[in-house]
Amino acid sequence: MSSIKPRVKVPKEVSIDEIIEIKTLIRHPMHSGRMKDAKGQTIPRQIINSFSAKFNGKEVFQMDLEPSISTNPFIVFQYKAKESGTFDFEWKDDNGEKYYISKEMIVS
Amino acid sequence: MKLKKLRKISRRNAMLLIAGFTGTAIFPSISFAQSSQALDRINEITKGLGATESDIYFDLPDIAENGNQVKVTFEIDSPMTESDHIKTVYILADGNPSPNVAKFSFTPEMGSCSAATRMRLSKTQNVYLLAENNNGQFLMTNAKVKVTIGGCGG
Repeated sequence: MSSIKPRVKVPKEVSIDEIIEIKTLIRHPMHSGRMKDAKGQTIPRQIINSFSAKFNGKEVFQMDLEPSISTNPFIVFQYKAKESGTFDFEWKDDNGEKYYISKEMIVS
Repeated sequence: MKLKKLRKISRRNAMLLIAGFTGTAIFPSISFAQSSQALDRINEITKGLGATESDIYFDLPDIAENGNQVKVTFEIDSPMTESDHIKTVYILADGNPSPNVAKFSFTPEMGSCSAATRMRLSKTQNVYLLAENNNGQFLMTNAKVKVTIGGCGG
């Protein structure tokens, strides 16, 4: 599953107290457990079931995903910039794997 | 051939057919309204307290051509301070195999209660948003989406 690569867009430099928009996307088939393959066999469920965003080690946003979320889950949320630091994003897969990405943000 | 067959439908049969169609057109909507899995789930989450209908920006397309990728955006007016903020937001779908779509957990650090994602819709249905604030009060709103091609497979 090394083909799964998350992508995140965080503004690099922002002014203090600015509300920024963070866009995240991860390539994942999100098999809901209801779809069938070409042979008519049901594909077992395998989805990203959780997403979280930490800023300087503190969790600021978390989301539980269900099979009703589309392929390649796309999540947008906002954050109020107060200090420079690092965002750590984490996606959890049904198979126990976790995908990470970090982004720096400078507040001036 | 077909035309001849059509003419054989007597007036009585035609009346029966019309009655049948109107019947099926009215009754499913009634049964649908009575057993809404999303409303049941809202009852479960709020532990029977119920939620107040509220003016929340909840953006979904009126008509979704492809049920596989339906963009959903919401924004709830909240000061997002330690003493007054939205804690959790649920997205619930009435016509999907399961009502749960997503659960968002917000913190005051975010400064605003707004998020967007993409969801699957299997058919034309109502989508509900349920929000809980830090005082345990619930707000809700809903939107109807017409789906041309369903997106849950099988």
